[in-house]
Amino acid sequence: MIKNSVIASVLCLYSLAALAQQHVHTESADETQNTMGGLDSMQGMDHPKMQQKDADEADMPMDKDTMSGMDSMQGMDHSKMQQNNADKAGMSKDKSAMSGMDAMQGMDHSKMQQKDAAEADMPMDKDAMSGMDSMQGMDMSNTPPPNARDPHAYSDGLTLDSGAFALPGPRQLILADEHTFWAVTFDRFEYADGLSSSLESLSQYDAQAWYGNSYERLVIKAEGELTDNKLAESETQILWGHAISTFWDSQIGLRFDSSEGPSRQWLTFGVQGLAPYWFEVDTSLSVGPEGRTAFNLEAEYELLITQRLILQPRFVVSAFGKDDPENGVGKGLSSLTTGIRLRYEFSRQFAPYLGVEWTGQYGNTADFAKLEGRATRQTQWVAGIRFWF
Amino acid sequence: MSKNNSKCILPTCVPRRHFVKGTLASSIAIGMGNLSTAHSQEHASSAKNNTLTGNEFDLTVSETSVNFTGNVRSATTINGSIPAPTLVWREGETVTIRVTNRLSVSTSIHWHGLILPYQMDGVPGISFPGIAPGETFTYRFKVQQAGTYWYHSHTGFQEMTGMYGSIVIQPKGGEKTTTDQDMVVQLSDWTDENPMSVFAHLKQQSDFYNYNQPTARDFFNDASRYGIGKAVAMRKMWNEMRMSPTDLADVSATTFTYLMNGQTPNGNWTGIFKPGETLRLRFINGSSNTFFDVRIPGLKLTVVSADGQDVEPVSVDEFRFGPGETYDVVVKPIDEAHSIFAQSMDRTGYTRGTLAVRQGLKAEVPTVDKPIWLAMKDMMGKMAQGNDMSGMDHGSMPMDHSAMGHGAKSMDHSQHTMSNNPLAIPSQTVNHARSEYGPSVDARVEMPRTNLDDPGIGLRNNGRRVLTLADLHTLGGSFDPRLPEREVELHLTGNMERYTWSFDGLEFGKSTPVHFRHGERVRVILQNDTMMTHPMHLHGVWSDLENDKGEFMARRHTIPVQPAQRISFLVTADALGRWAWHCHLLFHMDAGMFREVVIS
Repeated sequence: MIKNSVIASVLCLYSLAALAQQHVHTESADETQNTMGGLDSMQGMDHPKMQQKDADEADMPMDKDTMSGMDSMQGMDHSKMQQNNADKAGMSKDKSAMSGMDAMQGMDHSKMQQKDAAEADMPMDKDAMSGMDSMQGMDMSNTPPPNARDPHAYSDGLTLDSGAFALPGPRQLILADEHTFWAVTFDRFEYADGLSSSLESLSQYDAQAWYGNSYERLVIKAEGELTDNKLAESETQILWGHAISTFWDSQIGLRFDSSEGPSRQWLTFGVQGLAPYWFEVDTSLSVGPEGRTAFNLEAEYELLITQRLILQPRFVVSAFGKDDPENGVGKGLSSLTTGIRLRYEFSRQFAPYLGVEWTGQYGNTADFAKLEGRATRQTQWVAGIRFWF
Repeated sequence: MSKNNSKCILPTCVPRRHFVKGTLASSIAIGMGNLSTAHSQEHASSAKNNTLTGNEFDLTVSETSVNFTGNVRSATTINGSIPAPTLVWREGETVTIRVTNRLSVSTSIHWHGLILPYQMDGVPGISFPGIAPGETFTYRFKVQQAGTYWYHSHTGFQEMTGMYGSIVIQPKGGEKTTTDQDMVVQLSDWTDENPMSVFAHLKQQSDFYNYNQPTARDFFNDASRYGIGKAVAMRKMWNEMRMSPTDLADVSATTFTYLMNGQTPNGNWTGIFKPGETLRLRFINGSSNTFFDVRIPGLKLTVVSADGQDVEPVSVDEFRFGPGETYDVVVKPIDEAHSIFAQSMDRTGYTRGTLAVRQGLKAEVPTVDKPIWLAMKDMMGKMAQGNDMSGMDHGSMPMDHSAMGHGAKSMDHSQHTMSNNPLAIPSQTVNHARSEYGPSVDARVEMPRTNLDDPGIGLRNNGRRVLTLADLHTLGGSFDPRLPEREVELHLTGNMERYTWSFDGLEFGKSTPVHFRHGERVRVILQNDTMMTHPMHLHGVWSDLENDKGEFMARRHTIPVQPAQRISFLVTADALGRWAWHCHLLFHMDAGMFREVVIS
């Protein structure tokens, strides 16, 4: 199983590399601050790869030590320090809401060492981006060439509600591109039980809802475990999702964790989308009070055995920047989960499944678990329903 | 939606317990196409003969219960039938059509392909405010053309729920091709689902209705047949690009029932002929989202008209047409019964009817072909033409995909023009719009194909002679011999994953109108940067399709543009006003592949 998880890790890192190549240039200079935040969060996401030397190799070699990506997580520890640098460099942000972002910028800058601190006082858009470009040394296929056609050149100043022959009043024709849609997906809604040990059985849910249009969405993610019909652990996020490229959305928002210890709140910055070869990737970096940081990456793949029988491997990694003994979470790589679920789609919207999932805890997290006499490796079978509406 | 009050008008509405799936004993369509007997029935609508002739018409839009699948559903109908009555007009006459809206929501009727004043074009929000509930709107315009056309709602998804009918305009001087009988064959698609739910499904999961996706089992089959290397190669690019080689239609027979003159395949619409007769079949694709491939096994189809405009007769076995297109076909039946077979482009289903010497006869119905994967030329255009899968060269892939490198821009061949006027032939320099670089676009083609002689995916080398755009030559040539004064280049774009469709990466709401100066002759270049075929319908003026040498081909109102294809047509901007221009796949239109054209 460990071998499997390593393979999955490699795949995920590759996905991240692809993700880095996906990152987008803002088309116009008047992007909102929020958008910038989204891009910053991407920088934050990118930096684990940048940590690898020779980042200017556009194609991230897949055969790198799998753990190097994980190691880079430790880089988050420096965020505090880097924030000071950023402040010195002239970052003037509203501290209350932006401290997390600053921390992230700090992280970015700490990795982008070829950039002078002096440049850091640029307003975070073009310059920071171009810094990334040069680091990645990759083509920016989301950037129009300078001679790209003006899509409004044929209008001669006419608009949909003004100019010759326009109907009086505001525009009446509103098509679906301006409608909002929504969906609620329960990717996992399952019962899990230990295969070997005397692990307690539990129920798990993993749902995601969105409301919005093609490019801007309110996203709610909820994940949790119930034991004895009581919510034992949960992680809930409310995010603003913004399309940054063909297959990727940036996500910014709040995350609320509840566990046996004190609840934790985070500002969270993530990227979700579809990597080449149809890997669905959802990754985020969260920043909380007292300098807490957390990194999560989840990747899924759907292998169609038939049109309705679908095998879904899933891989999750989480890491933290600081010990949180009350919640049994330690600094560094905290846990790896790999699972595989076989579902049958009676319809697109209703599919029962069976599967098996393996979870391992590492580092300080594993030490905390051992102190409490809990297992650090567990294998569970799962049975559940995937559904959406 | 007062389901309880809606009357069961259609004969297709039968009590549930008596229902045999798909066997619909509808009689409304029987004889509807028989125009020679219809001429005497002015202003008359009956279940037996659903044809209205003359120059004054009253049409009523209402909700009607229908049953195509075994489930009673509410449809939006014109005069209570699906399809709506066939309207028979005469070229040169002025027609008056009073349309009364008995729905609880606004409605409209658009006269598809008709040259008329823009206020009569029936596009709510552009030509007029629409027809409010309870209101009657009077359309009045001079009929300036002849041929086969159709009419449909241009409001929301009403067209998809039953608001479509045929128009036959008899030429002043009589038909050039005389036949013994004249029949309308209107094809359409029906779903029991609410169209907005169908659309919302695609918004959440764009392959919701695609059950022909590549599977692991296919992979092992291919690996044993062609070898692992080739099986991997066949999939590599698709997977890298996150696109599906079987994305042939967004909406499939998973939800659609395909209809011929309002009849399900089991309902078997039948056109009665006498032995020895020649028949003119007026095929109209009145579907919302379906390309049909039509043939009559055993018979040659002589295509004599395209989009209502007479063409040099061309004899084929089969033709493909998309929503909005019409073809007139002359056939001479040999046997007592022949099947008219129309399979959907994605090969998930079909509709059929029968030409027979009497009711109740049936001929063999072909099986639906296997779906074929999209080919490299559907993705990469010219670069891949003539190459098979093994000819794939990833290193120089000319499709600029957002996750991949820039392809080399295609060369500008315009300097090779023989004529002194550089506008004599269409420019081949690909110019992507600035707005094509972003989340709304999943592909940009750098070396499009410009040939018109490709029948399209699933019809290539199928052993049958299939009509292509290269076969079409409108009799008499173009109305306007002028060369264009300028070119307007627009790209058909989309992001299948997000289910967005647009021109130049800008959905309708973000777009600005395309301005044609009144009286000018302008060349429009449409380049399809997507992997689906889009039937592009320009209202108000003709689209004079030309080939890549600038030679006039055919006068159309709806031009299908194949994946990675770049086509051009000339427009004479002689119709003042605001006009709609859109993909006639209803969902693509509504998703934003829609522009306004202003002629002023």
